[in-house]
Amino acid sequence: MKPPVRRALIVWLGLLLLLAGNTALAFVGLGALAPLAHIAVAAAMAALVLVVFMELDRGASLFWVFAGAGFFWLTILFALTAADYLTRYNFAAAGGG
Amino acid sequence: MSEHVLEKQFVDLAHQSETAELGIWGFIATEVLFLGGLFAAYGFFRYLHPAAIAQAAAHTDLKIGAANTALLLTSSFFMSWASLAARDGESRIVARVMFVAAALGVVFLGLKAIEYTDDIHEHLWPGPGFSLPTADPKAGEVFYFIYWLLTGIHALHLMAGIGAILVIANRARHGVFTRAYHAPVRVVSLYWHFVDIVWIFLFALIYLPGRGG
Amino acid sequence: MTATTIVELPRPRGDSYLTDGTTLSSWLLTHDHKRIAILYCLSITVFFFIGGAAAALIRLNLITPRGLLLDAETYNRIFTLHGVVMVWLFLVPSIPTTFGNFLLPLMLGAKDLAFPRINLLSWYLFVLSGVIVLAGLIGGSVDTGWTFYEPLSSGYASGALVVVVGGIFVNGFSSILTGLNFVVTIHRLRAPGLTWYRLPIFCWSTYATSVILMLATPVLAVTLLLVAAEHLWGVGVFDPAHGGDPLLFQHMFWFYSHPAVYIMILPGMGVVSEIVPAFARKPLFGYHFVAWSSVAIAVIGFLVWGHHMFVAGESIYAALVFSFLSFIVAVPSAIKVFNWLATLHKGSISFEAPMLYALGFILLFTIGGLTGLFLATLAFDEHVTATYFVVAHFHYIMVGGMVSAYFAALHYWWPKVTGRLYPESWARFAAILIFFGFNLTFFPQFILGYLGMPRRYATYPPEFQVWNVFSSAGASILAAAYVLPLFYLTWSLFRGERAPGNPWGATGLEWQSASPPPTDNFERTPRVTRPPYDYPEPAA
Repeated sequence: MKPPVRRALIVWLGLLLLLAGNTALAFVGLGALAPLAHIAVAAAMAALVLVVFMELDRGASLFWVFAGAGFFWLTILFALTAADYLTRYNFAAAGGG
Repeated sequence: MSEHVLEKQFVDLAHQSETAELGIWGFIATEVLFLGGLFAAYGFFRYLHPAAIAQAAAHTDLKIGAANTALLLTSSFFMSWASLAARDGESRIVARVMFVAAALGVVFLGLKAIEYTDDIHEHLWPGPGFSLPTADPKAGEVFYFIYWLLTGIHALHLMAGIGAILVIANRARHGVFTRAYHAPVRVVSLYWHFVDIVWIFLFALIYLPGRGG
Repeated sequence: MTATTIVELPRPRGDSYLTDGTTLSSWLLTHDHKRIAILYCLSITVFFFIGGAAAALIRLNLITPRGLLLDAETYNRIFTLHGVVMVWLFLVPSIPTTFGNFLLPLMLGAKDLAFPRINLLSWYLFVLSGVIVLAGLIGGSVDTGWTFYEPLSSGYASGALVVVVGGIFVNGFSSILTGLNFVVTIHRLRAPGLTWYRLPIFCWSTYATSVILMLATPVLAVTLLLVAAEHLWGVGVFDPAHGGDPLLFQHMFWFYSHPAVYIMILPGMGVVSEIVPAFARKPLFGYHFVAWSSVAIAVIGFLVWGHHMFVAGESIYAALVFSFLSFIVAVPSAIKVFNWLATLHKGSISFEAPMLYALGFILLFTIGGLTGLFLATLAFDEHVTATYFVVAHFHYIMVGGMVSAYFAALHYWWPKVTGRLYPESWARFAAILIFFGFNLTFFPQFILGYLGMPRRYATYPPEFQVWNVFSSAGASILAAAYVLPLFYLTWSLFRGERAPGNPWGATGLEWQSASPPPTDNFERTPRVTRPPYDYPEPAA
């Protein structure tokens, strides 16, 4: 087996471990932190796929820009929508009109 | 043999191949926004109804979900192998590992079909027949609305991917690809990995909530 | 004289792209970006006049306070048709798919776009979407307006809504693929020596537009998918009856639709940046600023969508942020306007039709842009939200700006595209008529809005009638002025004088090719050694 294929195989094993870890996390009882923890592990898995399986580490820098643009703009969607949700004042709960 | 595939707007095959790869990266960026938008809708709905979503999500089939994640990760490994072998011009290996990758995708769909059948038996299809005892039955129903949409759209992407893999693998079997020209293998493999990434997030956000603790 | 190094070549052996194959299938199955541009041009012209007919009905109805000919229901359907058709079937595709398609490879010194087959696919998706959308709008009874607000659209609209929304979904894929094609082409197919700072501004603004097409449209597609699914299933994330949030719809919808406003203006800015230097015989002033301001608009344009939701119930803190960012996005637009004016300063200006349209664009866009700042101001927006002030504001941008720019481009590159010259005096007459007709139509609407007339009603209190009559009178002038070019441009196709390669003495690679260009655009790949807009500096 050639070295790059061996590297991919190792990453595959790592991904399976992360999958097992993420599933185990679900039973730990992290409460409100659980979604963030799951997203963090999933993001690590996605990063491995992007960098090794999709060979971003060998690709042109422009590929990074293109791959990054999608995620960056998605962050804009989340962040500015959250700016509304996280700062809404619940008048009903506060006893107001 | 490779000369006739060069399109007139490119200087040489390297130029053409790198452009094709850039094209699929751009396409993936648009897909990130498409599926990301769906995740955003889910995320903000979940922010409004955290308890009901956790209860509803606990009714998804974790065993099949986890097995399917492992299947896709494995399939991605084989696609990665295909792309590396294509770089060395090893057309036979490319064809073989691509068929394996596609087969794993088919198994994924098979498991998914079993899961869908169970879901329908358990009245998890949104609509008049829907029944799931949660703190907020309406929000639970909306969770399954998202579940069917996300997994359904993912499955459509997967089917398109399997089709593309089979076409390209067949061309590889006939020795079409060389060291100089194998862009289609790279393109289909990048797309396949992306579909895998979508599932990684889908699994974490749809299957894992509400499991215990 | 001409700026780039390549000399004008004699007409190449073969034919022009127009004569290279004359069968119907040589057009319908073409991969040639120039022919696809023509296909787009014909399709959007049809859609423009359909949308225009709806506008005519609206203005006709509003001549009298009780409504001249339409009942409220029909009126709602007509303005929905007008909005949907004009936005997705004319304005968004207008300049990018026609002139972007035609000119981009020529300006880059390339033989075609990066993905010619995908380009053709985009056109088929576009036409398919047009057919679906029109079938839903005309056959069904969709009266939600082009914004499909929730929960109106999922809970109360007719089933044809799913058809219309499905059509726009298909339309989205056409947009996405076009944007992707352009972005990759600009990155990868520039001729030797054609660095980024040697690109014409039209390429920069097409690039910025394409980035928006790629990154905003998918969110629209998925949002409309959610609306359609919610409509069909009776369950969804937007309807408050199910614990959903209609504001979530507005966030996701405007995440696309505000940047889409820049899709509908950036290409026009690109066109004007080509025409102003050509008819002022001067290099474009502040090239780097104009170039980067396109990119700035594309990026900042994604950060301001919440200003559509000031009174919809978004949090006051979010509203403050969105208001502030909306002021910021005006900066790059202003940079462009100042640079065009500085380019005109001390230029040897001539007033051919393209220049008249371009000057009209600058004036009308400035009015539209400045009134946009009014609307970005929270307190003022409370006063004029959902009034005719908003209608007037965005028509100054969309129609006064973008449609003027489209006509400017049509006249400027007409000789290049068709190989014929258009009749100049008719064209000037039409340009002036459009300018006056436009202002008479839409300026009264600022006043109406300020006085408090709400938009989207078939009737209004009698005290508003005077301004409405002015507006409708203007609309009839505008309608006549839009029909005029249809006649004289068609006439010129057969009787117009044959155009030389570079009738305006303009810079830019497209003028170095023959008129009309050969199928492969250039005999030899050009080599670029000079900056764009290399017009002689005027004597000090």
